[in-house]
Order: sequence, then structure tokens, then C-alpha cells
Amino acid sequence: MKVAPGALEELAAGRQVAIVSGTNGKTTTTTMLRAALETGGPVASNAAGSNMPAGLLAALMSPPMTGACVLEVDEAYLPGLLPVLAPAVVALLNLSRDQLDRHHEVSRLAGRWRQGLADHPPHVIVANADDPLVMWAASGSAAPVVWVAGGMPWSQDAALCPRCAQALRFGDGDGWACSACELRRPDCAWTFDEAAARSADGRRVPLALALPGRANRCNATMALAAADALGRDVDAAGAALSRVGEVQGRYARHRIGSTDVRLLLAKNPAGWVEALEVLGTDGPPVVLEVNDGSADGRDPSWLWDVPFEQLAGRPVVATGSRGLDLSVRLLYAGVEHRVAPSALAAVSATGSDQVEYVGNYTAFQSLRAELARGV
Amino acid sequence: MRIAVLFPELLGTYGDGGNGRILEQRLRLRGLAVDRMDVAVDQTVPTQADLYVLGGGEDSAQLAALERLTNGQALARAVESGAAVFAVCAGLQILGTELPGADAVPVAGLGLLDLSTVRGEPRAVGEVLATPNPAGPLIQTLSGYENHGGRTHLGSAATSLATVSIGIGNGTADRAEGAVQGRIVATYLHGPALARNPELADHVLGLVAGPLQPLDLPQVTALRAHRLRLPTPPP
Repeated sequence: MKVAPGALEELAAGRQVAIVSGTNGKTTTTTMLRAALETGGPVASNAAGSNMPAGLLAALMSPPMTGACVLEVDEAYLPGLLPVLAPAVVALLNLSRDQLDRHHEVSRLAGRWRQGLADHPPHVIVANADDPLVMWAASGSAAPVVWVAGGMPWSQDAALCPRCAQALRFGDGDGWACSACELRRPDCAWTFDEAAARSADGRRVPLALALPGRANRCNATMALAAADALGRDVDAAGAALSRVGEVQGRYARHRIGSTDVRLLLAKNPAGWVEALEVLGTDGPPVVLEVNDGSADGRDPSWLWDVPFEQLAGRPVVATGSRGLDLSVRLLYAGVEHRVAPSALAAVSATGSDQVEYVGNYTAFQSLRAELARGV
Repeated sequence: MRIAVLFPELLGTYGDGGNGRILEQRLRLRGLAVDRMDVAVDQTVPTQADLYVLGGGEDSAQLAALERLTNGQALARAVESGAAVFAVCAGLQILGTELPGADAVPVAGLGLLDLSTVRGEPRAVGEVLATPNPAGPLIQTLSGYENHGGRTHLGSAATSLATVSIGIGNGTADRAEGAVQGRIVATYLHGPALARNPELADHVLGLVAGPLQPLDLPQVTALRAHRLRLPTPPP
């Protein structure tokens, strides 16, 4: 579908548009922000994750066609869409390697963000201060920035200062700083811990999230900060977004045969690091599925960036169109495993009544579709 | 055997950090002792390693790595005293005499390989199959994935590692892929290269360790069989 020039601009005009972008967490943060804003009535959104112009058009044409609209935007499309959507708030989550056959270089993407945000400043930016590429992109804009201490469990794409290309230093707790120039992590307006988000001006908002893991507490805090920037009541927003229990099938539990399976989605090394954190060090058997569809990126070399060593000692079954690449990765990681021809066969091969499933994008989507058809 | 993986935060963008792990594990699985160290950006490059491993990286990261290796010349000294090197993509370019710097202005490489690189269009992105150079040490078809914008011309002191049948490789008319010179082996292949090409891994190890007993890993055999019969997926 081709989007007519001007159509997005026309539909977005006069509305309070909130944009969510970044490599990971877009769909979840969008869903949470929509839930937070819906405390004031229905809000349009492309919460299904269709984040390129056609999906944005569909969202803007869905009811309610007035008022606030929360849009997840593909990170490569973000710079070009800023002047079109004229957003009230832009939430920038993180930037890391993903689909390198399409994006090639993540630092270039950060540079394009910076240029776009400088040329077309939104009303306000909410940005993860712990990600140096995001900080660099946001700090070039004339827009005020609400910094969030979002955390940075994956720093392999931030070895060098985005301004001067000298080494960045990551401290324990006090963030990062360039070893040569004055670029450093800014002080944050929002932080979070296991139980709550806190603002620098002394507000504490409980985060009793239905969703698991550190990454989702980060997503929640980003959504909360964005709702706050739009003038919403943070306590009502926090309560609403805490109730988000399933995001497009992520973390949903399904019955497959006699097995209870929890579905996790992980699309790139940073996402897999977060997924492995949710799996923990012991627990039920794990099924891993990796495909190489065009939406996944054609090259699964990134499997070697993921610390699969953490799964050693746990029953693991590998599958997917690149299940054999995964198998070799697990072999050299010292993780005993089997290979199965499909996700369903893999679940059954565990012989367990409980399974954790992690798949990349097309793997996850095709398993969901299969489950929706009934197996 | 001491293996030094150089600047994995800079030269590991395409999963090439896996090469260091594979080299280490292939020695361990044979019961041989190995000491692998990942040399971070702000650490001093050791001169005492037996094998140095470099991967691919983004342009700015590549130049940062080059600057660090030019200052101090630790790698050049180690090569002079007999160390082996396995380099991929940006690593291959760094070892040559010249490569594109900021804004594509040529900069001097380390000069350890007789090759030079310029930018070229279109970008080489996709699956690669390559037949080993018959004059070289390898027999088995090489499989990998390339993603680079370089065109690399070999000088007379370097020979190609292989000839591409699918893909771009070095991007020259002779369809050359990679380079070999002395105890340096370099390629454009990711995958990582040593995950898909165990013969290449053992050749690199053998440069330092001498002949190795065979290592039969069925998972690797299965992966190779799968990749070698591939019709390249459409873009």
C-alpha cells in the first residue's frame, strides 16, 4: 500500500500525537502509553505494531479520529515523519543493532535521528539517558528533554562517544561519560526500581506491572514520563499501564497439547538479553526458534552476540528456519540441546508440562497464528 | 595457546565475536589448553599472544580500532615475531595498506597485508559461497554472509583465500574473496565465518598449534549441509 503524500499530515493536524520509537520495546511502550492516556477517554493507536506509514495511516483513520493518538514509529522512518506528524511528545527508548542487512549501521541511524529532531523539534522529548546514542540524538534538538534512567543492559553498540569517537566509560550506577569530551549521561527526571517509578521532584508512582522483567519496568517508566509530559495525572496513568497484561501475544500463556507454554518475543541481541533475564537461571525447559524472514534480517550472525551460555544445564530445544545456526551457537556455548523441525514439535520434544518459548519476529508471529487457528 | 580478540566492542558488530569463542572451544573440545582474552578499547594490546582475532565493525569504530593499533604497533610487532592473525571485514581492511577514512578520504592501514580498499557501490549484502584458492590450504567450500561497502585489491604479496561463486567478496573482476599472506588469514565473511567453516577454523589454529586431531561436530556438519545447498533467499 502506498500512502498518499499529505495524507498523514492532514490526518494528524490538530491532534495531540505521541510517538514511540527505538529498537526494542516500541509496541509495549505504545500499548502502555495508550492505556495511560485512555484514562481520559478512547485514544487511537497502531498498538498492533504496524509501524510504517501504511500502519500509521490506518491508526489515524481509526476511531476516535480526533484527540490524542499514540503511534509506534519504525526507527528508520522516524526522522522523515517528524515534520509530517508534528508530535506533541516523542519517546525515544533505545538504539542497538537490529536487521543489519537493512539498517547497516546503528550509529548512522542515531545521526539521522539527531538531524531530524534538530530540524523539526517536537513539543517535548522523553528519552532514555542511559543509552548514549539516544542521548546524543535527543540532545541536538531545541525541544525540552525529559530524561529517563532507562538502563542499558546492552552496551555493545555504544563503545565510542557519538560526538567525538573516543572511548565511552560505563560506571556502576553513575551512568556513562566520554573519556575525552564533556558528553555524559544527563541527570534524570525519572528513575525506577523493582516497585516504583520516581520523579526528581519527589513523586513516587507504584509499578505493580502485570508484565515481567526489567525491560518492561523501563517501558512503563518511559510511558509514564510521556503521559506526565502531556499533562496527565501520573497516579491514574501508572495504575492503568500497570494493568497491561499482554502485548500482541508477548508473555501470553497457551496450552499446546498438555503443555503450558509462555511466549516471549526477542528480535535482536539486546532483546534476547532482556528475554534471558525474564527466563532466569533455572525453570522449565526452553524452546528457542530463530527464522531469517525479511522482517527478521536475513543474517543470524547476531546469535553470537547473545549470552546463550546462561542456559547451560537447562533442557533446550532449537528450531526455526535458522535452527541449525542456533544449534551450532548453543553447541559452542556448552548448552546441551536438541533440534526439532517446528515449534510445536519442539514443545512436544521437551516432554514437559511447562515450557518457555522465545522466538524472533516471524517465528513468534507464525506460532501465534498457528495457535489462533487451533492446534 | 593465547588468543587475543581485539576490541570486540568495536570489531564485533556482525557477530564476529563468535570467531574467538569458536577458536577457543575447538581447542578445549580437543582437551588442549587455551587462554582467550578480549582486549577492550581502553586496554593495552598484548604483544605476547599467539593468535589475534579481528572482526567487522562500523566505519567510525573501524577507524577508532585502526588508530589504537597504529599507536604502539603491538600487533605489527607480534606478527613480526610469528603470531598468526584471523581478520574479518573491517579487520581485513585495517590490516591492508590503505582504506577509506572519514568522508572516504584514504587513510593508511597497518600494512600487514598487501591489499588496499576503496569504497564501492553497490554495497555487498547477502549470502556468499566461495571455492578455496587451489594453491591455498583449504579444500571445503566456504559459506558466509557479507555486508560491506568496500572494494579490495590484492597486491602481489597477498593471495586470495577463495573465489566467490555467489556474492561479491573483495569486489574485483577476478571474483577474489579474502586474503592470505604469511600467517595472516582474512575474509569478508560473517556468519560467523568460523561457525560455518570448521576447516578454516582449524587451519587458523594449526598455524600456531601445528597439526590437530579431527573434531567431528554433527551440529556443524548439519549447518554446513544446510547452507551449502542454499538457493540464496530473495531480497
